[in-house]
Amino acid sequence: MANVNDSALFPLADHYAKPEQQVESGKLGMWLFLTTEILLFGGLFVSYACFNYLHMDIFKQAHQYLDWRLGAVNTVVLLFSSLTVVLSIHAAQQQRKAYVIINLVLTIACAIAFLVVKYFEYSQKFQAGLLPGVYFTNGTISNPDEAHVFFGIYFLMTGLHGFHVLIGVAIFVWLLLRTIKGDFSSQYYAPLELGGLYWHLVDVIWIFLFPLLYLIS
Amino acid sequence: MSAISATAGSNYLNEKKGLWSWASTLDHKRIGVMYLFSIFFFFVLGGLFALLLRTQLLWPAGNVVSAKTYNQLFTLHGAIMVFLVIVPGIAASLGNFVLPLQLGAKDVAFPRLNLMSYYIYVIGALFAVCSIIFGAIDTGWTFYAPYSITAQGKVTLMLTAVFILGFSSIFTGLNFITTVHKLRAPGMTWFRMPLFVWGIYATSILQVMATPVLAITLSLIVVERVLGVGIFNPALGGDAVLFQHFFWFYSHPAVYIMILPGMAVISELVTTFSQKKIFGYRMIAYSSIAIALISFLVWGHHMFTSGQSPLVSMLFSALTFLVAIPSGIKIFNWLATLFKGSISLATPMLYCLSFLFLFTIGGLTGVFLGVLTVDVHLHDTYFVVAHFHYVMVGGTFMAFVGGVYYWWPKMFGKMYNEKVGTLGAILVFLGFNLTFFVQFYMGSQGMPRRYYNYLEQFQTLHQVSTFGSYLLGLGFLVVLINWIHALVAGKPAPVNPFHATTLEWTHTQSPPITHNFEVQPIYRHEPYDYGDEPHSIHGFQGQKA
Repeated sequence: MANVNDSALFPLADHYAKPEQQVESGKLGMWLFLTTEILLFGGLFVSYACFNYLHMDIFKQAHQYLDWRLGAVNTVVLLFSSLTVVLSIHAAQQQRKAYVIINLVLTIACAIAFLVVKYFEYSQKFQAGLLPGVYFTNGTISNPDEAHVFFGIYFLMTGLHGFHVLIGVAIFVWLLLRTIKGDFSSQYYAPLELGGLYWHLVDVIWIFLFPLLYLIS
Repeated sequence: MSAISATAGSNYLNEKKGLWSWASTLDHKRIGVMYLFSIFFFFVLGGLFALLLRTQLLWPAGNVVSAKTYNQLFTLHGAIMVFLVIVPGIAASLGNFVLPLQLGAKDVAFPRLNLMSYYIYVIGALFAVCSIIFGAIDTGWTFYAPYSITAQGKVTLMLTAVFILGFSSIFTGLNFITTVHKLRAPGMTWFRMPLFVWGIYATSILQVMATPVLAITLSLIVVERVLGVGIFNPALGGDAVLFQHFFWFYSHPAVYIMILPGMAVISELVTTFSQKKIFGYRMIAYSSIAIALISFLVWGHHMFTSGQSPLVSMLFSALTFLVAIPSGIKIFNWLATLFKGSISLATPMLYCLSFLFLFTIGGLTGVFLGVLTVDVHLHDTYFVVAHFHYVMVGGTFMAFVGGVYYWWPKMFGKMYNEKVGTLGAILVFLGFNLTFFVQFYMGSQGMPRRYYNYLEQFQTLHQVSTFGSYLLGLGFLVVLINWIHALVAGKPAPVNPFHATTLEWTHTQSPPITHNFEVQPIYRHEPYDYGDEPHSIHGFQGQKA
């Protein structure tokens, strides 16, 4: 470490020799965790591929019951929130606490907006009886015996993703509180970067979900 | 290492006292010890279920337990032994204790996450125990759909347990990978790492990459049970074979999650107790990674009879032959290490030699099962049961017990009794072979696995197997008594009783201090530097050969 001032700003755990070692370990750990997330979603993506192949017509028909405009709004909201996360890290590097706080608040607002849109989408499906498996009661669709498979996949994928958005909200609230407390500085902002990595993954998964579910042609 | 005194006052065991100091510890050594005790507790539980099963099978139409209870017993035996004992097994207990020491690190990369993994394991275990107490399950440990979706009993509870345990496994793996990458001592290059570290590293890759798929698969079964979604249930438009693909995409690599740490231990034992540099260090290291990678591509060999296309079956069969090659490389390297070594038959070495015999049989019969035509005849028979017990018990568990004996003096600062140790090893070896060798024969004669009753012609063989299992149980009892005795009344252990060369023996006291090393070790030599000639002295207790 360069000087005493640095060590006061960086909370170095005593099993690490240098700050860089600790930061790099954290990042590697996060990348590994993201790998597990991709594999977790991977199971659902493979299921999607199988059932899309088996019931191609039904998927085409059933996806029309999803509102692509709401999906597009959510895509824009999430993309924008990824930008605000990056800006918050940038602000932390420059020691501009107020900008960090503003950007984190914007990120949280976007995440909540995403969930609100999702809530309206879900309640509309519930009312129409467009539900998975045994709960499927919609009468207007031509193939109710098989159409429920699409909605099963839809609810599982967006549900698991929505759960991750919810976790993201919790993470950013925690990061916001720590920022307000003054834990971060231009020397130490690793948790912001790790939170950002997680959020980008949540974003990327949605970017795949949106066309696969809403824009089948 | 004159700087290290064997009887120094403070160590990781006595520096802090009280239950809370254990429950809240971030020390990788204490977490490893807690895992060790938990795992052996469940091993005893799973073992008792197995002995009950075998007792039922003493008679062709035996009536020791009801048919339903029998189904529950084999399910619980399998689920406990796989998910609570052997998957966490060596990596979580010995790995936690030894890996940072061998790397010259003060701790794992994320100590808090490490403690959290342990608690996740405990919570998962509690769920599993609850499912047993409140009604048990009879699906088999493989939870095949659609039966697991429609079955009565506490399937959801058990699935949740396995789901939770998976996260414990993932976090441990993530922690170890990061530790190996970022916390090696100065001078500890990749190819100076002890082979135990290489083995655990390969295991961790599998844990991180395969376990999430199990997590999503089991959650889907739970969602189907609770919400009636149709993913795997054909009655609801699902696909049951898809479940098998998902399940084995995890569970075949999981087989290597179980065996790679065993191989990791054997690499240490074989070189220490031959007092000779390991033969083919790089090949052993590379073969661990090769096993980890190829094992992702062989899952279909569990599904030869599921109706997958012949082309796919042929590819999986070929890949299965391929995965046997790195295992073979390891075996030959170990044998070459023994050649002209100064071999000591201390207790850990007895388990190491048992491993070499038994794993070779287990591995070879695995290749038989990888042959398509043979598998059609043998699948779902006792041949398969015998095969995987030779790999899992004869392989992994022998290595586990050998490893616990080997690191026991370092972990607890006490020596075990060598004579009792030898007796236990012999009983375990005989008992094991008596139990499972006949099962190869029974299986080839058509005795199906998981059956409650059987034809009279198999009675003698079943009885031999059952008496063997009692002998095996007795052997493990001797082992446990030896350990407990060592803990209570063992002689104080020297710093390096076996004259090993890795850092945990050369640079720490027995047991180590909380921060492992008095000063940060700097690594300047190869890991198994015994010199060109085998040592004339046996490490063990300073006796001459």
